[in-house]
Amino acid sequence: MIEKLADYVNNNHALVRQGRFINYSILVGVGETDFIIRIDGGRVTGVRHRQLNIDSGRFAIRAPTEIWEEFWRPMPKRGHHDLFSMMAAGLAQIDGDLLPFMQNLQYFKDLLGALRPASIGN
Amino acid sequence: MPSFEPIVGRYISMVVAGDTMRIYVEEAGSGIPLVCLHTAGSDSRQFRHLMTDPSITDHYRVLAFDMPWHGKSNPPIGWREIEYKLTTGLYKETVVAFCQVMELNQPVIMGCSMGGRIVLHLALEYPDDYRAVIALEGADRLEPYYDTEWLHRPDVNGGEVAAGFVSGQIAPQSPSEYRWETLWAYMQGGPGVFKGDLYFYWVDGHFDDRSVQIDTTRCPVYLLSGEYDSSCTPERTRDTAERIKGSKAVVMKRMGHFPMSENPALFREHILPVLKEIGVNN
Repeated sequence: MIEKLADYVNNNHALVRQGRFINYSILVGVGETDFIIRIDGGRVTGVRHRQLNIDSGRFAIRAPTEIWEEFWRPMPKRGHHDLFSMMAAGLAQIDGDLLPFMQNLQYFKDLLGALRPASIGN
Repeated sequence: MPSFEPIVGRYISMVVAGDTMRIYVEEAGSGIPLVCLHTAGSDSRQFRHLMTDPSITDHYRVLAFDMPWHGKSNPPIGWREIEYKLTTGLYKETVVAFCQVMELNQPVIMGCSMGGRIVLHLALEYPDDYRAVIALEGADRLEPYYDTEWLHRPDVNGGEVAAGFVSGQIAPQSPSEYRWETLWAYMQGGPGVFKGDLYFYWVDGHFDDRSVQIDTTRCPVYLLSGEYDSSCTPERTRDTAERIKGSKAVVMKRMGHFPMSENPALFREHILPVLKEIGVNN
C-alpha cells in the first residue's frame, strides 16, 4: 500500500506546500519490511524497499503491519488513528534524528495518513 | 442592529502570587455560575459553543477566562525574566482568585485536560466552595508520552509543533471545521506556555494518593472523557473514578481530548444531563 504514497501525496497541494522545505529521505518500517521514502520539496519522489543495510533516512518510523493496516482504515480505532497516539500506546516507535520530524510534525502525520481513504483532517 | 453573539468579553485585574494580573474573561447567560477552564496551551475560546447554547445559558452564567500568559490575559510584569511553569499551587490560587474577584457564589467549576485535573484538586481542598466540579479529560494520574523540550526551542516553530503534538488528540470523527479551529488556538500560544502548562499536567499535578479523600457528598464530581484521548484515556478515567468514591464517570464515544471545541454537538449530548442534574440537586 505504501508504494502508492506518491499518488496520494503529490496531488494534495496543501500538503506539498506544507512540506516545501523537506528534501531528504525517511525510513518507514511496515512489519519486517523497511521502505525508504524520498521527499523533494514536499513531493514524494521515490518509495523503494531498503536494499542495503546502510540505506537509511533522517529518521525511521516503525510499526507492525497490522497496526499500519488499522491506521490506514477509513475510521481507525482509538490508539491507531495518529502517529503520536500509536507511540503513546506503544504500537509504533521512532528512531533517528527527531529534529526534522518535529520541525514538520503535522506534515509527516498527514503524509502517512494520506493513504487513508478520505483522510482524516482534510 | 448587528446580530452579535451573546458572548461578552471584558478585562478584570486580580492578584495571583503577589502579581497583579490583567485577565480576559468572557461570559454569557444567567443563573448558576459555571466557570470553565481551558486546556494547556490554549485559551477560553474553546468554550464558545457552550456560551451560545440557550439550553445552557438559560440556567447557567457561563464564564471562561484566559489563564495568565494565555490568550488575551497578560503574563506578569517582568515575564522575560521568568521561565513559565504552572504548579498545582499556582493554578489553584489562580482559580480561587478568579472566583473571588468575580464574586461568584458556589460556582460549578468545569475544566478540560489540565483544567480537568485542577478541579479535582479544588474539590479535595475546598469542597464547600463549589456546587460541583466537572473534569473533562481529567484524571488524578497521567503518564507523559513525549518530551516537552520540543515545545520551546529556536529551531522548531512552537505554535506548529504544539498543534502537531495535540492534533492526534482529536477524534477522527470530529468535524474538520472544529478540529482545525481547536488547533488554530494552539498555534497562537506564547513561547514556552504550553510547555509550562504541561509541568502541572504531567509532573506536578499527580495526586492519585490523595484523590481518595475527595468527599463527593460535599462536592459532587463528574468525570467525562473521550474515547480517543491518548493521555487521559478511558482506562485512566475509570481508575480515577474508582478512587473517588461517589464520582460519576462517562466515556464519550467518538470523542477526543477537546470535547467542547472539537465536537460541540456531540459534547452537548453528554454535558446537558450533567448540568441538569447539578441544577436539580442544588
